Amino acid sequence: MYRLSPSRRLFLICNYIVLSGLSVICLLPLINILAISFSSSGPAIANLVKFWPVEFTFSSYKFIMHKQEFLTAMVVTLKRFSLGTIISMVLTLLAAYALSKEESAFKGRTLYAWIFMLTILFNGGLIPWYIAINQTGMLDTIWALVIPNAVQVFNVILLLNFFRGLPKELEEAAFIDGASHLTTLIRVFIPVSAPALATITLFTIVYHWNSWFDGLLLMNSPAHYPLQSYLQTVTTVRDLTLVSSQSLNDLKDVSDRTSKSAQLFLGALPILFAYPFLQRYFIKGIVLGSVKE
Amino acid sequence: MLRNTRMRQLPLHLMLLPALVILVIYSYYPMAGAVIAFQNFTPAKGIFRSEWIGFDNFNYVANLPDTLRVVWNTVFIALMKIIANLVLPIIMALLLNEVINNRFKRIVQTMIYLPHFLSWVILSGVLIDILSPSTGIVNHFLSLLGIEPIYFLGNNDWFPFVLVASDVWKEFGFNTIIYLAALTSINPSLYEAAVVDGASRWKQTLHVTLSGMLPIVILLMTLSLGNVLNAGFDQIFNLYNPQVYESGDIIDTLVYRLGFVSAQFGVATAVGLFKSVVSLILISASYFLAYRLANYRIF
Repeated sequence: MYRLSPSRRLFLICNYIVLSGLSVICLLPLINILAISFSSSGPAIANLVKFWPVEFTFSSYKFIMHKQEFLTAMVVTLKRFSLGTIISMVLTLLAAYALSKEESAFKGRTLYAWIFMLTILFNGGLIPWYIAINQTGMLDTIWALVIPNAVQVFNVILLLNFFRGLPKELEEAAFIDGASHLTTLIRVFIPVSAPALATITLFTIVYHWNSWFDGLLLMNSPAHYPLQSYLQTVTTVRDLTLVSSQSLNDLKDVSDRTSKSAQLFLGALPILFAYPFLQRYFIKGIVLGSVKE
Repeated sequence: MLRNTRMRQLPLHLMLLPALVILVIYSYYPMAGAVIAFQNFTPAKGIFRSEWIGFDNFNYVANLPDTLRVVWNTVFIALMKIIANLVLPIIMALLLNEVINNRFKRIVQTMIYLPHFLSWVILSGVLIDILSPSTGIVNHFLSLLGIEPIYFLGNNDWFPFVLVASDVWKEFGFNTIIYLAALTSINPSLYEAAVVDGASRWKQTLHVTLSGMLPIVILLMTLSLGNVLNAGFDQIFNLYNPQVYESGDIIDTLVYRLGFVSAQFGVATAVGLFKSVVSLILISASYFLAYRLANYRIF
């Protein structure tokens, strides 16, 4: 061990203070909203809530649990992310497997790869995309939220790069045993690709949980909105006079502000629960994405 | 033998088919559908029977009084975000790199990385509440310092600043972690060699740490070139209002309003097409540069 010089020690102390300060500042806005959501409406409206609830109460949460629109939207979200994740994962796995072959083993592979790649470089824009969804009869159905976005080209690329990094012998052994491509994918590739698959699954789940614009644009009736689209209409409305005229009289502990805060928190809650996994696998994803031959 | 290999390739084509069908319908068909930028498109007539009007839609947009400002806003906001999200995470990573206590390091990373996973709907809801001039906690603290309440989301001087700051809030943890990952790959013997050569702490940071980070910095810098027209639709759509169109309206929000608020489909598509074409050039250039400078290949 060597002794720290005084200037070095001063730097380290300042460094710890600055880093702690910055990290806390990142979370304070969220803590503020959380505190408001657990406070009574009086203190919340009077602006007395800082980072700890004032007159602690669950009433905002109870109020939301009885709010039909919120529950309906939650069901739509659960549907979209279970359907969406399954469809997306199947398509991604199949495409990534085929594209991971060399041109010599799969004639046309390079052309296919370019067809995928080109969709990253160019897009037709919002209106033609909307027209395509309309013409395939998906508007206002759950399919509009899971089919058009089922192929995320970046996920395909991430997985195909991972597949390409696997030892060739695995595949060759399977073929010698007479396995078909599909069997090889399911029995050989998938079991050894757990980290990459976990990463992509999490990417997809977070994508579906957080998507709001497609719901807003493609669903005609608010009853078909997924949770984030519903939250968008509730929490980013600025005109308070419009919102607070709703049937809030029967619940004096619930103000527009506390209920909005509670809904924001509930909208973020699954992400918070999944956060330890997200953190671990997203970092893995970054590493996987950067490993190339 | 030839027959045999061809037989083995058929399943591969079939495996690609579902994904290809989706890309053709929802990516390639819209690319072709962008021709309505040259039409006086009405949904009743469809793409095939709408009237062709050449570049009229483009001329119309070019002559709108707001167009130049919207393009300027887009580029300005996007560039500010790119610079902020490049520089601040580098500083953060350098500071974190000096921390010896690994647990502290991990806690800081966990805390700053969290907002990255929350949607702009949630974060905007939070921002609207905390930045409110009457009830927001930010203005409450400002008032303790004797500062008059500021309407951050309704003031054209403040709005772009709020956009950049809140984008940094969401994303700087993510970029910091990318840089930190790059730092762990620096060979420790380089530091030892620097110490032997009598390099100070600061010189070590400059010549070993920073130069070790340089490849990934160059890579992210070139790749961000493709985002010069992406000022962040999700964020701005949820935070803006007519009061701040002057400083916050961007190409994507304009396309949305032209198309879905005022139903000028041809005009909206023309603006979108303009953006797509310029983006195509920028993204291609960025991939080319990334390949030349950092030997980066997507696949």
